[in-house]
Amino acid sequence: MKPMNKLNLNQDTIAQCRALAADIAQEVQDFIDLHTTLSVERSVLRLLGVDGVDAFDVPLPNLFVDQVKEEGDLSRGISVYLASALTATGLSLEDFCGQFLSGGVKLTGHPLLSREQAQAVLQPYLEQAFATIAENRAYREAQLARFGPTEPEIYVIVATGNIYEDVKQAQAAAMAGADVIAVIRSTGQSLLDYVPYGATTEGFGGTLATQENFRIMRRALDEAGEQLGRYIKLVNYASGLCMPEIAAMGALERLDMMLNDSMYGIIFRDINMQRTFVDQYFSRSLNALAGITINTGEDNYLTTADAIEGAHTVLASQFINERFAILAGLPEKQMGLGHAFEINPELEDSFLLEIAQAQMAREIFPEAPLKYMPPTKHSTGNIFQTQAVDTLFNAATVMTGQSIHLLAMMTEAIHTPFLADRHLAIKNAVMVKSAMRHMAEEITFREDGIIMKRAHSVLDQARDLLLQIRETTMFGALAQGIFADVRREMTSGKGLEGVVKKHAEYFNPAMDHIREALK
Amino acid sequence: MTIRPYGDTQNDGKVQLSFTLPVNGGAHGMACAKDLARQMGMPNPEVVHYEQMGEGFSMYVVYGMVPFGVDPDTVKVAEVESPVMSMGEIEEMIRDQLGREVVFVGASTGTDAHTVGIDAIMNMKGYAGHYGLERYEGVRAYNLGSQVPNAVLIKKALAVDADVLLVSQTVTQKDVHLHNLVELVELLEAEGLRDRFLLLCGGARITHELAKELGYDAGFGPGKFAEDVASFAVQELISREKRG
Repeated sequence: MKPMNKLNLNQDTIAQCRALAADIAQEVQDFIDLHTTLSVERSVLRLLGVDGVDAFDVPLPNLFVDQVKEEGDLSRGISVYLASALTATGLSLEDFCGQFLSGGVKLTGHPLLSREQAQAVLQPYLEQAFATIAENRAYREAQLARFGPTEPEIYVIVATGNIYEDVKQAQAAAMAGADVIAVIRSTGQSLLDYVPYGATTEGFGGTLATQENFRIMRRALDEAGEQLGRYIKLVNYASGLCMPEIAAMGALERLDMMLNDSMYGIIFRDINMQRTFVDQYFSRSLNALAGITINTGEDNYLTTADAIEGAHTVLASQFINERFAILAGLPEKQMGLGHAFEINPELEDSFLLEIAQAQMAREIFPEAPLKYMPPTKHSTGNIFQTQAVDTLFNAATVMTGQSIHLLAMMTEAIHTPFLADRHLAIKNAVMVKSAMRHMAEEITFREDGIIMKRAHSVLDQARDLLLQIRETTMFGALAQGIFADVRREMTSGKGLEGVVKKHAEYFNPAMDHIREALK
Repeated sequence: MTIRPYGDTQNDGKVQLSFTLPVNGGAHGMACAKDLARQMGMPNPEVVHYEQMGEGFSMYVVYGMVPFGVDPDTVKVAEVESPVMSMGEIEEMIRDQLGREVVFVGASTGTDAHTVGIDAIMNMKGYAGHYGLERYEGVRAYNLGSQVPNAVLIKKALAVDADVLLVSQTVTQKDVHLHNLVELVELLEAEGLRDRFLLLCGGARITHELAKELGYDAGFGPGKFAEDVASFAVQELISREKRG
């Protein structure tokens, strides 16, 4: 069920917003196209099959890239160095990795191959990776076709810190009715400039994202899904300083959704904006190829800014995120644009304002699997009150046809969810989903009523904001704190030292392959 | 005088609780839940509901009566004792009694990525209609955001000659907040800086009592706003200056 224009939104204004977002994003894209990052280069290595850690748990992709950064010219890309080293040493990639760890070989100091020669050396490794990614995509699509679609998809988080406990909780959640399981990362992982290795059992507020943890959870959800006759989707975070590498791991291990926002890290993690923009482009390109649905993070804006005054910033950001996604080759059906119910429930008509926002997003992005996020800001520890607010949130989801429904927990603001918290949240959502099954089709909105007027006004304000952002540029808008009231400078934040201007001879066969495949 | 929990009659002792057991639901699970409730001190607990959750887990809702009580007169709790003033009164007090700017430096420290607490207290807009410290006349407020290492917080505090350090902690899993809070006190003490700043902490699981135990000057839990923090800080600074 996709809605028509029930809010009577001005289609010219919507078109104008899209045109403005295109201008804004293009300017950033021009910058992106000239740069690479340490993390993009490490992702290429991961796709080629470079994996493992040294005695100090430093991942091989980091060791490779750091060596070229120090002793070579990383602006040419890591790939030409790797291809040249493999040719000069005559080793297979696996043997090269082994000897690199024991100090027998280096990436630099070999004659550099031409682009064509390097391409030929790396081709077999690339083909293997992209074949795996294509198989994963085909498997997911076959399973979804086999079991049929679900909407809204019920999405819950697990966050015990221990991947084996996470598995128990995820399987219990799937049995209760969850369609999507997100493994929340350990707090602080977004600021690590490497991806930890292996299965992990220690974490704070979440579980480390590692390729082995991805595998363990994927296997567990496939098992549960077979038993239940559903395909259970797996989510992790392609965000933070290792955004592109985690996208690569996700593509290889058949994750289905990834948190991936073009600005979230800049605003909420103080990651440098140049770094984030370049990284998000590579990540989204890879997500597009792998058939992974991205989840954007606009919902978070209103946890810091006021939900009523800041509503239009969410919409403006959705237009910008949409445009960045288009530039990276993501189709609309993989754009899980986010928004949230963060209006103070004590305010009169707060629910009407929320319906206006949710319905407006639905109508402006009709094909996008909108991700509707739970209210957290007004959760205080009163679990009974929070459960009541969360029920309103569940109703708003169904009434406005949201696609991905991240469930709120009544113990928000107290602890990461207990098994029972998640169970009660799922049962609540399932009840509302069933009790209000055809509600959306029954609803029309009053001409000049509160909801319609609110939606019109938010759309107009979003247009005005986009005009202002085009004027100041995206970089300027971030410096002014337009999003979430947070100010960031072009050269401030973490990870700037990992941004590298590309050489005229820059070579990235993985990106070349992805761009070609997405054409 | 001893009091007991109130259900619908004075001192009936009624309590409700819920918990999960790693067993399947049903008669056996309910008997397990009942046994557990008895061990908690309830002579005749009633298991009114169970939910099967996945495989091997079930949740229980239990009502019972506790035969013991508390004497409120004998229970003591540490609370911030100075009166809470309005924003206007605080500004006036800064102007008239302190006669200089008060500098606050705040952050959500360690690996904690949540800014909701520190933003509610510091940002211009504040929270729930209570303006934040940035809005106060006579206050200079630096909000360093989230995931700030304790050492960085101290460095900034020295650089801007802060009067007050505000530390927010939201994530409490495995007591990570206690570790962060204690580390800051230890760092300050090691560098001989502990007495140079008023040291305040806040967060959903923070109480004044806990803060004092950890070596802070005050702690602010849920339901506290910028004026609670500023009232304490300004009065304390004034009394410290008077003491010299």
